[in-house]
Amino acid sequence: MSDKSAASAAFKQVMKQYGGIFLSLIVLCVIFSVTNGRFMSVANFLNILQQVSVIAIAAFGMTWVILLGEIDLSIGSIIAVAGMVGAQCFAFGMSFVPALILTIAAGALLGLANGVLTAKFLLPSFIVTVATMGIYRGMVSLPTNGAPAMIMEPSWTAIGTQSFIGIPIVIWVVAVLFLFNHILLSKTKFGRRAYLTGGNREAALYSGIKVDRLKIIIFMISGVMAAISGVLLSSRLFSAQTNAGMSYELDAIAAAVLGGTSLAGGVGTMIGTLIGALIIGVLNNGMNMLSVPYFYQLIVKGLVILVAVYLDVRSKRAKQ
Amino acid sequence: MAISGDKVILEIRDMSKEFGAVKALKTMQLSVRPGRVHTILGENGAGKSTLMKILAGVYQPTTGSIVLDGQPYAPSNPQDAARAGLTIVFQELSLCNNMTVAENILATREPSRGGFINDKALVRKAAELVKELGLPVSVTDQVGDLSIAQRQLVEIAKGLSIDAKVVILDEPTSSLSDSEAEILFEIIGRLKEKGVAIIYISHRMEEIMRLSDDITVVRDGSYITTRDKTEVTIAELIALMVGRDMNEIYPPRDVAAPASTEKPVLAVNGLSRSEEFENVSFDIRPGEILGFFGLIGSGRSEVMNTLFGMAHASAGTVAIDGAQVKITSPVEAIERRIGFVTENRKEEGLVLSHSVESNISMVALDGFSSLFGFLKRKRERDAAKAEVARLSIKTASLDTIAGSLSGGNQQKIVLAKWLLTKPKILILDEPTRGVDVGAKFEIYKIIRQLAAEGTAILLVSSELPEVIGMSDRVVVMSEGKVTAIADPDQMTPEKIMHFATGFAS
Ligand SMILES: Nc1ncnc2c1ncn2[C@@H]1O[C@H](COP(=O)(O)OP(=O)(O)OP(=O)(O)O)[C@@H](O)[C@H]1O
Ligand SMILES: [Mg+2]
Repeated sequence: MSDKSAASAAFKQVMKQYGGIFLSLIVLCVIFSVTNGRFMSVANFLNILQQVSVIAIAAFGMTWVILLGEIDLSIGSIIAVAGMVGAQCFAFGMSFVPALILTIAAGALLGLANGVLTAKFLLPSFIVTVATMGIYRGMVSLPTNGAPAMIMEPSWTAIGTQSFIGIPIVIWVVAVLFLFNHILLSKTKFGRRAYLTGGNREAALYSGIKVDRLKIIIFMISGVMAAISGVLLSSRLFSAQTNAGMSYELDAIAAAVLGGTSLAGGVGTMIGTLIGALIIGVLNNGMNMLSVPYFYQLIVKGLVILVAVYLDVRSKRAKQ
Repeated sequence: MAISGDKVILEIRDMSKEFGAVKALKTMQLSVRPGRVHTILGENGAGKSTLMKILAGVYQPTTGSIVLDGQPYAPSNPQDAARAGLTIVFQELSLCNNMTVAENILATREPSRGGFINDKALVRKAAELVKELGLPVSVTDQVGDLSIAQRQLVEIAKGLSIDAKVVILDEPTSSLSDSEAEILFEIIGRLKEKGVAIIYISHRMEEIMRLSDDITVVRDGSYITTRDKTEVTIAELIALMVGRDMNEIYPPRDVAAPASTEKPVLAVNGLSRSEEFENVSFDIRPGEILGFFGLIGSGRSEVMNTLFGMAHASAGTVAIDGAQVKITSPVEAIERRIGFVTENRKEEGLVLSHSVESNISMVALDGFSSLFGFLKRKRERDAAKAEVARLSIKTASLDTIAGSLSGGNQQKIVLAKWLLTKPKILILDEPTRGVDVGAKFEIYKIIRQLAAEGTAILLVSSELPEVIGMSDRVVVMSEGKVTAIADPDQMTPEKIMHFATGFAS
């Protein structure tokens, strides 16, 4: 097969799987380009990617959880915890690398708690993470009594503000994490087992898949992704805010579901989630450029999600 | 056509059905008369269930027309079908496991007042029906707690809870043992007397000959012929169905059964689990096929579940190769090279939304991955392809969704995924459930071949001829106890039934 036909075959495959949602993204871009001359530019596109980075990374983690037929509502709170852990590390005079490691470890630990409660204590993840959403959010305020904490560490703030070969560092981070999650999900035994378990837990159990362990690890992945999102967010704000990441879990869920991840479990891809996150980013950016009032933005965002998911469901049903 | 003259209640003409590129039905026709049992006979994937689902309004045909009771009939959903007087018992169970028997039987037609369900009336109505049908279940039980056979009976009761002119039964006996099947046959007899037309699908030839009045053979989505039962023999039907002659049903043993002096690979001693089974002891040697026979609730599947680590024994020991083992999870069982083809393919066997390939490689995944857990897709694909060929699984491709395959072909996938692990001890719980005669023979041949290679096989089956035809010895269970371990000279249907109904040897 020539390169060209291989590329067109790959394109066809992408269109078949993500046709509906990809189209939605294009349509949105066209609408915003027409209504605003400044929308279609490299600078603005980088801007969108930068704005959507926090949601995209959290959504990668969320995709794993939803794929398993579970949900993680605590990631918004974990985003805030991560910023605060970083800020406190620097307050205690730590340097960048140990602070970063500790922050990510905190995310893993909070995810571990979600996972153990769900897998070992057999509580529904919806309930567990509604509870931990509150608990983790409360914990953010413990060190400062609710006040924001400044972060002046230059390496940390560089992540959100500097560029590397002309491209903002946050975009590099998104790219690397996308590849990591994409490969882990689509090319490894671990990813396959996640798909199978999400598709039919009972059959997975009978087939010798360590379902509990898998679930715990996946909640930890979700926690780690949220923590990295928290690092990005706090570095851009030069501070850890107690209300950081509030309701980001909903955007992350929306991104994953827009991207074709099924809430019933067993179906979903990282590519889809990335496109889903981009839709949310384009919407936010485009409406901000048009100075649409915030409450209208909420309404429009909700409607777009409904329409996109409906188109997707319909195209899949038509295929059957 | 053989039938003419008489009144026809249901007539299907020139029907075809395509699912994308898959032609499930090509040229189908059917003519059903009231008060008769009309059997549809065909191989796995021939299109029987698809035709029935069209009649029930689940699928819409690509071309063709139906006339029901003189009226054009084109149901767009099962409610339409029910209103027109046609009811169906699906091949795959479609009950809500978290609801009671009564709620399931009268689902969507609950007696209610002002939107509130009248629980008492619900239970009473369901109980009447269950009693009338003579089913051994209590209407207040949760469906999830019932055995597969009991669930099948509930499914039947649900189908019969409306007065119908045409009743479709798609492999209703595939998970029933003989005595429960008798209950069903009696019900069918009564329906016939009332003038109801029954469309019946089964792969059990004896049963077909006994029940049917008319038999329509279909092959590869096409109508072949309709015969009066009195005009054909089983051999003729099989030849029509598979397109070639088939002389034997069970392949003979090429290798002698292992001698009784050989050391057992698995020895079970006094195994008990409260309220399920008690003091179960048996052993099995490499290369032996040990049958397990019993009626509903005899505890066979529960014993197998416990051996496989899905449930924990309350007493007793299990030894593999002479050493005592404690298996507390399927992971450990698989590590000890035990395989388990479970009885319920939809719930425990398959991930229906996933591809044929990833279902087949599911258990043996370790063998298809490199050091860092990366999948070796080519090796996985080749292995899956080989299994599909070996078991002649009828699928459009390896990427086809397992859920879209016909019932019998789904069953073969479950078998394939365990064959890939090359087990030392293989538990087969109803391995030929819903499999056509031709394919059954293939599966039997594979079982024989595995045994010849030294695999110890525990064959649980509700089909007495299968147990007798395949096993070297038969463990007979009744109400959680082993009532006999029959040697070949004791393996007659009468003796085994005698033990199965509770008389110890
Ligand atoms: N929803 C579907 N999508 C795609 N293909 C389908 C679908 N349903 C059935 N098929 C295909 O149509 C063919 C006929 O299937 P069907 O279930 O009617 O067979 P069957 O005669 O009932 O077989 P069995 O005896 O195994 O139950 C098969 O090749 C099957 O894979
Ligand atoms: Mg069928």
